[in-house]
Amino acid sequence: MKYVEEFRNPELARRLVRAIHQIEGGPWTIMEVCGGQTHGLVRAGIPELLRGKVRLIHGPGCPVCVTPVAMIDRAIALACRPDVTLCSFGDMLRVPGSRSSLLHARSRGADVRIVYSPLDAARLAERLPEREIVFFAVGFETTAPATALAVQYASARGLENFSVLCCHVLVLPAMEMLLQAKNCSIQAFLAAGHVCTVTGYEGYHDLARRYRVPIVVTGFEPLDLLEGIWLACRMLHGQVYEVRNQYRRSVRRGGNPAAWQRAMTVYEVCDRVWRGLGRIERSGLRLRDEYRRYDAEAKFTFDGESGAEDPRCRAGEVLQGALRPDECEAFGKECTPEHPLGAPMVSAEGACAAYWQYGRRPRAVRG
Amino acid sequence: MCLGVPGEVVRLYEPDPRDGLLEGEVDFGGVRRRVCLACVPDVRVGEYVIVHAGVAITRIDEQAAQEMLAELARIGEIEHELGPEGDVLESSGEGQ
Repeated sequence: MKYVEEFRNPELARRLVRAIHQIEGGPWTIMEVCGGQTHGLVRAGIPELLRGKVRLIHGPGCPVCVTPVAMIDRAIALACRPDVTLCSFGDMLRVPGSRSSLLHARSRGADVRIVYSPLDAARLAERLPEREIVFFAVGFETTAPATALAVQYASARGLENFSVLCCHVLVLPAMEMLLQAKNCSIQAFLAAGHVCTVTGYEGYHDLARRYRVPIVVTGFEPLDLLEGIWLACRMLHGQVYEVRNQYRRSVRRGGNPAAWQRAMTVYEVCDRVWRGLGRIERSGLRLRDEYRRYDAEAKFTFDGESGAEDPRCRAGEVLQGALRPDECEAFGKECTPEHPLGAPMVSAEGACAAYWQYGRRPRAVRG
Repeated sequence: MCLGVPGEVVRLYEPDPRDGLLEGEVDFGGVRRRVCLACVPDVRVGEYVIVHAGVAITRIDEQAAQEMLAELARIGEIEHELGPEGDVLESSGEGQ
């Protein structure tokens, strides 16, 4: 596929690995923010290739993983109503709530459907006027334009049976929270390429300067990831605390205003609780007043308090890069993709899932 | 979740007046899908876009892609000329 194969060229990758090792200094600790990057790195075996020079720690950029248990419980409660069809991206289905998961609810008769696009959910509302269609809107800045489009579609077509359970989060406030932590070991960031495709990276300069941390906006293929790390190491070596854009074929400095302005027409910034990280100020999106009738939390009533997280799950530490998935006592034992204790084991972007999938699980349970 | 897949725009649909959304058909290495193009309003047939959750979020800058690959090829050449001890740090402009 064009724009994929050429960025997996093994010879250029080998050269980049050598070039990274030749930079004087280190070892440096670099966090890749996005879970898609975590999977790309682990799949390509890049952490091993850079051992001794760069320690890669995995960031909180997995929207599925940071969606609070209470919101998953609400999604399940909605799905169990006889008049509701709950639509979701596929990797939310296995994520454990406090008592159950959407997959479990579906096996007991709830109408839960996997959609590829939020617009598909809005179109379903048009086809099934007798049902209430709720879209479980999780995702970072990358996804917010798509769910905003679905809301605008429903609004333009007068669909009153469509709503979203909004859990959108913003990545920059979470990056800053990690930098403020007492034992923060992050020396540089690979910023999330598709988030910056939408928002641009103007907001990152201030963070880089104030916390003296180089930031490289980075793509997802092996050459993107290696070049991002190479640029970060060069800045660390030269004590340069700026922002570079590695992913230039997709990311412009100002982002894509047509996408981000559309999202901000429908949403406004609010405080949000992140699963594993807690409340972060101004780190989420909620529907603006003029679109409130599409807010599932305003449309439906929910009774009962939500239960707690499984105490054996250390996802919070994993999401902050403080614990490697295979250092967790439960990894591969009490916690597997079939019986997950937490979200990172079952999300397509979860760090635990990456370690499980690409063979980093402890020898005892391998194969 | 933030997965984005590159594909070629092969057809533009006439926008439906009920919602005005620009849509088209995108070819992903042989698999074709209907994609919302509202966030890339100037896109033309034959251009590549990155698609996330059924929505094109950017047009791919072909020139930037080629420049990156050429820069990477240069890293290797300079390293070859200078030998394993050569300082590659000064060899290439920072990507901006």
